[in-house]
Amino acid sequence: MSSGFVGDLTVFVLAILVGFEVISKVPATLHTPLMSGANSIHGVVFVGVVILSSFVDSPLGYALTFIAAAFAAANVVGGYVVTDRMLQMFRKRPAPARIDEAD
Amino acid sequence: MSGFDITVRLASLFGGVCFVLGLHLMNSPATARRGNQVSAFGMFVAVVAVFAEVIHGGTMTATRWTVLIAGALIGAAAGLYSARTVKMTAMPQLVSMFNAVGGGAAALIAIADYAHDPHLPAGTVTATVLDVLIGSVTFTGSLIAAAKLQGYWSQPVAVPGGRPLSALAVLVAAMASVWTIAGPHTLWALLIVVVAALAFGLLMVLPIGGADMPVVISLLNAFTGTAVAMAGFVLDNAILVIAGALVGASGGILTKLMADAMNRSVINIVMGGFGTGAVGTAAAVGVGGNVRAVAADDAALQLAYASKVIIVPGYGLAAAQAQHELRELAVLLEDRGIEVSYAIHPVAGRMPGHMNVLLAEANVPYDQLREMEEVNPEFERADVALVVGANDVTNPAARRPGNAVSGMPILDVDKARSIIVIKRSMASGYAGIDNDLYSDPKTAMYFADAKKGLTSLVSATKTLVG
Repeated sequence: MSSGFVGDLTVFVLAILVGFEVISKVPATLHTPLMSGANSIHGVVFVGVVILSSFVDSPLGYALTFIAAAFAAANVVGGYVVTDRMLQMFRKRPAPARIDEAD
Repeated sequence: MSGFDITVRLASLFGGVCFVLGLHLMNSPATARRGNQVSAFGMFVAVVAVFAEVIHGGTMTATRWTVLIAGALIGAAAGLYSARTVKMTAMPQLVSMFNAVGGGAAALIAIADYAHDPHLPAGTVTATVLDVLIGSVTFTGSLIAAAKLQGYWSQPVAVPGGRPLSALAVLVAAMASVWTIAGPHTLWALLIVVVAALAFGLLMVLPIGGADMPVVISLLNAFTGTAVAMAGFVLDNAILVIAGALVGASGGILTKLMADAMNRSVINIVMGGFGTGAVGTAAAVGVGGNVRAVAADDAALQLAYASKVIIVPGYGLAAAQAQHELRELAVLLEDRGIEVSYAIHPVAGRMPGHMNVLLAEANVPYDQLREMEEVNPEFERADVALVVGANDVTNPAARRPGNAVSGMPILDVDKARSIIVIKRSMASGYAGIDNDLYSDPKTAMYFADAKKGLTSLVSATKTLVG
């Protein structure tokens, strides 16, 4: 077992624990934006596709890279845009409309 | 490690930190939007870093660039278009589609990497197989979930011989996985894993009913995250591992919360079949004769002279697209000095927190949206609880043992001084049992479609208090 693999495993386990800690504090009101935001984060798979594209050299490899690039880009771009669109709808109660001006 | 490599690694670490901080800022509606922007900035840095890395590596050829950029542009355009145009009621479908493509991309990375390099170490091949398994199941499972949510089939689909077929798919996938890991390098074994996992994804989600979708989407979200983390193992890339693990944790928590809120175990939902014979109408209380029906005028009168009203919206409201009418009624009441709040059950809607987004879209301020535990003690001080399109989550039978909803966390609507239910008919909810709330002497049933009913309520209230 390579040291790279063990290092990745360490990061994986710790990141899961951090995830549990951070996400268990998110209120139910925000669960849909949270899931959509998490969705954009897994769009990081695009980084993997870029690395993949740097070494593929067969027609099969090119085809898979092309499809993966389209999938990952749709995921990352669409995810962030729709999450932002949703979150901008969450507003506070408007401040009391007017304070009557007494002389 | 050269200075360049270190810079690239630090940039990706920065990206990972941004993801964690971004998720952290999601714990309040006031900072959530900034959280998403922080996360997006982290993503931007991570993408720039990887481009710098591959350019520096000097292996990018014209063909490689063309394939990458063409794919990315097409995908980005499709993602942008759907994100801009999607209706908020259709959010669950879009999230499901993003799960599908994310999981699909992760699986494709593993396949292409395996096809390219016949000398992968055993640890990497194991990650490859897991990535392909989870990514493929997520891909077809999410596509089916999206199609169901879109309404192509809302009912569970009984696949003839579904159970044995699923078992067969699992068995084939397991055998091909072992063959890939332990046997000599051959793409055929991995392709069998792909096909079996794709089939399993289909068979898993097809029989699951529409009302279980919040759990299914959360579970598939967790799967996608895990698949991406596995792609990180395949490529030995920390940012993929970190981001995938975060999403896996998030999806896992939401899956558990949703399953608990529906009083069911995840296994039970995935195995399919609620109310399909296992649970009958054993504890049906004789609803029928003693239900009090009212007209819009009576209901309006009751609302207009209350001092505290709690609104209980359910999926029926979203299905009828009546959230704007509901908001109009609430504003009318508030203008009369009535205290109005909304009680939101965790599974109201088709994905976790869906109802909150629909109401936010109708300009309901988020501080009026109250979670179940927070609002339940307030029902006894409410003059009127107005239930629109919610059923099982208000059924007091949940407090009694021996029926389909026993033990399910519910909103304590029956504790309010009076109750108005807007509902099309006496039809039972997803659990298939009568709702004791409807036969409560305090309850008035206003039989109407949510949209038409609320519109008439608004005009009746206006005439009344005009």
